[in-house]
Amino acid sequence: MTRILLTGNAAAAWGARLAAVDYVPAFPITPQTEIIETLAEWIDGGVLDSRLVTLESEHSMLTAAGAAAVTGVRVFSATSSQGLLYGMEMLYNLAGWRAPLVLVNVSRGLSAPITLEPDHNDVLAARDSGFLQLHCATCQEVLDNVLLAYRLAEDARVRLPVLVNLDGFYLSFTREPVAIPEPAAVADFLPPFSDCGLHFRGGQPSSQAVAVLGGGLYSYFRYQVHLAAEQAAAVYAEVAADFERRFGRSYPAVEAYRCKDAELVLVMIGSFATKAKAAIDGLCAAGQRVGLVRPRLLRPFPAAELRRLLGHRKGVAVIDQNLSPGRGGILHTELTAALYGLPQGGPLLVSFVGGLGGRDIAEEEFVQMVEVLRQAVQEGIAPPPRLLFTEEELQQVRRLQDIAHGRSEGKGEGEETS
Amino acid sequence: MYRIRLHGRGGQGIKTASRILGTALFRSGFEVQDAPRYGAERRGAPIFAYVRADDKVICERGLIHQPNLVVVADETLFDLPAANVLEGLDGRAVLLINSERSAQDWCRQLQLPGQVTVLDGAAVVREAGRVPAGALCVGAAARLLGVVSRRALLQAVAEELAGHDAAAIQTSQQAVSQAYELFAGEAGLVQRLQSGAKKSVTTPPKWVELDCEALPRAAPTITMAATSALVKTGLWRTRRPRIDRALCSRCGLCRTLCPEGGIDLDGEGYPVIDYRYCKGCLLCAAQCPRRAIAVADERTVSPPQPKEGEP
Repeated sequence: MTRILLTGNAAAAWGARLAAVDYVPAFPITPQTEIIETLAEWIDGGVLDSRLVTLESEHSMLTAAGAAAVTGVRVFSATSSQGLLYGMEMLYNLAGWRAPLVLVNVSRGLSAPITLEPDHNDVLAARDSGFLQLHCATCQEVLDNVLLAYRLAEDARVRLPVLVNLDGFYLSFTREPVAIPEPAAVADFLPPFSDCGLHFRGGQPSSQAVAVLGGGLYSYFRYQVHLAAEQAAAVYAEVAADFERRFGRSYPAVEAYRCKDAELVLVMIGSFATKAKAAIDGLCAAGQRVGLVRPRLLRPFPAAELRRLLGHRKGVAVIDQNLSPGRGGILHTELTAALYGLPQGGPLLVSFVGGLGGRDIAEEEFVQMVEVLRQAVQEGIAPPPRLLFTEEELQQVRRLQDIAHGRSEGKGEGEETS
Repeated sequence: MYRIRLHGRGGQGIKTASRILGTALFRSGFEVQDAPRYGAERRGAPIFAYVRADDKVICERGLIHQPNLVVVADETLFDLPAANVLEGLDGRAVLLINSERSAQDWCRQLQLPGQVTVLDGAAVVREAGRVPAGALCVGAAARLLGVVSRRALLQAVAEELAGHDAAAIQTSQQAVSQAYELFAGEAGLVQRLQSGAKKSVTTPPKWVELDCEALPRAAPTITMAATSALVKTGLWRTRRPRIDRALCSRCGLCRTLCPEGGIDLDGEGYPVIDYRYCKGCLLCAAQCPRRAIAVADERTVSPPQPKEGEP
């Protein structure tokens, strides 16, 4: 096993390469483009025997991906942000077709206003599509998750498409040491795509029936997607255990960091969770009992595991790198539902929204969130949700507003035109 | 942990520089994280990259606010507040500037608490050949760290430039090696900080409550007329195209292809470049069928900032 420096994007491409994917329909978008560039280079150089086709949009890309997957070939694709939403209609279709492919999403905040930097509203918009979701915190996890995702997608008990999510910039363009598994070992872990009953031969052309179904039939098929997604939790546990046995890296559905004696726990997904770890290390060194819980699997939602890990804590702070306007943090909402009705009452939950559009979360902010949580536990009352946003940032916004509105109100306008 | 920030302009090899340094540190036994940071910029726009190196797995991510080494490959960045070159430089940090001016000169100008050292990259280039500023700075930076051997550094150069022709790799290695040698006297100048030993976190963040504000302030709707006339984007340029009228056939291809619409035709049908907007992408020079467009280094053209309306 070689350990080399790889970006999250290159790690995703390595995952596809080791999975020996047959077909890669593609469309570029920042910050995902490096994934398909890397695959294109390998295919061109003959090191990857696969077919890459650039489509005219993400909608077409996903249509091609789903169509190929249901003819019985292993399909990989990748997108980000606006691209994922542009293909949104097809996400539901692919899940409905039970197309077992892997789609990498490189998280980037959604327009408008426009940003290139990450938050999770893009991937969470796909939350209810029927795609399963794996979330990464390191570049190593990106590579490994792609392999886990294929096992999960192609398992006959599941047969659903899987989204693997990594954060733009913080993973996509960041190099870290990544161990590249031996291709032979990967081939043992992930055998060639068995057609799952899906096949198409040019010599025996056939069409997939498309019919407008009434509510009863629709309910049946849609609920089958749900049941398969729920069943995927147990399959995931099997697959992750097999992966650990072969490669020595452990990927439980929910990561628990320094949680053994923790009274207070932070909950978050994605790469900012490693920043939380750095802060927690400092707090633990100072004698505090603080831990981190990070769901890796978000669909199916690991509710039972979260109840087990969080039910007996004094306080839980959820840090949402997303925002549902009119409601608040999505993860907080989901966790509240999962922890509702516990016999012992459950922990006090405090909601934070931070890291929107790639806005950094500083170490002192993690420290302060723990402090706010501690006080809330003491008082027994959860404070209102808090946006991580500082006085200094507001001043900066004010400065720009003054310039912008000063101009648009006519002051100084045209003074430099000639 | 080492926290290193590298500043330069698009096209100066800053991303490659961060990768060479990252690989060299990785080869020297460190856990490493390196990343460039850019938005929608193009050639000539300010960019930066950063490298972290430590004995153990690195959990920190994103921008480095408290560096122990800052490398500035392009001294004109000091004039751009938005480039934020000096952020977080404290008494312990080292600032390396690629410049022909002396370190004392820079110290006087910048009035910094930390140490300032200078690499005369132009002199290295004169001797070793044309090598991007980023790579030169890496040679110096690696020596300032004091934990990267010349061998590891040169291997990293070869690794990161793999795919380039052998001569280019060799030229780069020579130049990097020369910069490395120049800093022998300052080897280990950069102090390594204990993991997590940043400024201790004592002051809580000053979070604010946001009120629901009235429109139009609350919507990101900002309108202004004639912005393309006001924003003169030519300051991004590091190299400029020059049209040789003697060779020009007046085919107009350069004018058609210029992504900025920065080339117009004069009364006789010859193309004229508007340097206030030319970003130096050099597409025109690459596509000219008569090879009538030469490329000049911006630094050799004086004055550095083009005059209004200069053809």
